Amino acid sequence: MNKHTDKSGFFAALEDSSSADTFLRGLWKDNPVFVQVLGMCPVLAVTNTSMNALAMGLATAFVLLMSNVLVSSLRHFIPKQVRIASYILIIATFVTITDYAIMAISVELHKSLGAFISLIVVNCLILSRAEAFASKNTVGQSMLDALGMGVGFTFALLCLGVVREVLGSGSIFGFGLFPDGFQNWIVMILPAGGFFTLAIWLLLFNILKQKRATT
Amino acid sequence: MSETMTIAPEQKAATGNSNKMLFAMVGIGLMCALLIVLTYEGTKPIIAKNKAAALEQAIFKVLPGTMTTAGYYWDGNAFSPLKGTEAEGQRVYAGFSESGTLTGFALPAVGLGYAGEIRVLYGYDPAQEALVGFYVLESKETPGLGDKIEKDPAFLANFEALSVAVGTDGNSLKNEITYAKSGEKQNAWEVDGITGATISSKAVTEALSTSTAEWVPRLYEAKERFKPQTQSHE
Repeated sequence: MNKHTDKSGFFAALEDSSSADTFLRGLWKDNPVFVQVLGMCPVLAVTNTSMNALAMGLATAFVLLMSNVLVSSLRHFIPKQVRIASYILIIATFVTITDYAIMAISVELHKSLGAFISLIVVNCLILSRAEAFASKNTVGQSMLDALGMGVGFTFALLCLGVVREVLGSGSIFGFGLFPDGFQNWIVMILPAGGFFTLAIWLLLFNILKQKRATT
Repeated sequence: MSETMTIAPEQKAATGNSNKMLFAMVGIGLMCALLIVLTYEGTKPIIAKNKAAALEQAIFKVLPGTMTTAGYYWDGNAFSPLKGTEAEGQRVYAGFSESGTLTGFALPAVGLGYAGEIRVLYGYDPAQEALVGFYVLESKETPGLGDKIEKDPAFLANFEALSVAVGTDGNSLKNEITYAKSGEKQNAWEVDGITGATISSKAVTEALSTSTAEWVPRLYEAKERFKPQTQSHE
């Protein structure tokens, strides 16, 4: 009964301007990577190719969406004292499900993402959305929040992944870009390249933000 | 007396509260367990199929001209058809061409690289007495450096015809596979290393050297006994 009213709230929420804000906030104003600087482990580690970045972003977004929905629908049922343990349990469940699903989709992809899928459990982005948003808002609002944050996270990972793959491997999504003779910048696909690329994106993002604030 | 009066209701509230906590945790735990079991059961056959397909693709890659494959294991004295429960270290896959002639054997080997185990599959052709193919099944080597063992064309060319002739005594190799620095390969049994991936290419060489020394004499002796199975392996 409660769920039903929440769901109709979701569609009503779509037309509400403050709800559009909930969704857009994750994309730009509160982007999880470029503004909140959350979940740096996967951001730096698995963005060496665009494909890895996209897969990691989507996996994280899926876990975020499912855990936000469940946390929000159980928010009156979970006692305050055991909430963190409950959230971790819910997040870990969806991570395990994602792990099996990726293995079923492609053995190759699972191989290249390695241990980082299991590490989504401790991605602070997901726990922070559960604690700061989903536990206090309706299911509809939490879904929007998760979608916004998830798309924002995937977008940020792709920003890094594309730059690193183009410069480090001379290709994009596995397709070669340059004629023979292009010397790949191997440093870009090593961990150091992740830091460089992130720093440059953060710099660009902050310059843009400052310009907007002054005008 | 007054003390017990004040504590009693608090205690009652506390037990009520912990019951609620216990109920919530157990409830969420059960629900999560159910979800995981459902996913596990649902994806299990697909994952097994994907893994088998990946292995078969790898066998086709290391044994050129192969159309069907058959798994065998070594029980200490002889080769028997694979039942699926044997340890990986005892397995060998025979490949057959369209006409049913033996194209060679695919064997797994494990070496310790720069970042953990490197698992490879190599193809041995008893007719040429040489390794004819090589494929990395699993490695965590550094992208851009160590992972050249998967891509470097000059390194992969080593395994197009790497000599592993059996010695006159029939129990050991005439020359075991050895490592040579990049560009210094002189003999047919040497592996030309990769500059910038010395540890990884050495690890691969050692894995192949150990595995071939054990398996090649055994397979060479028994090569006549491998026949394609009547039903094609899927």
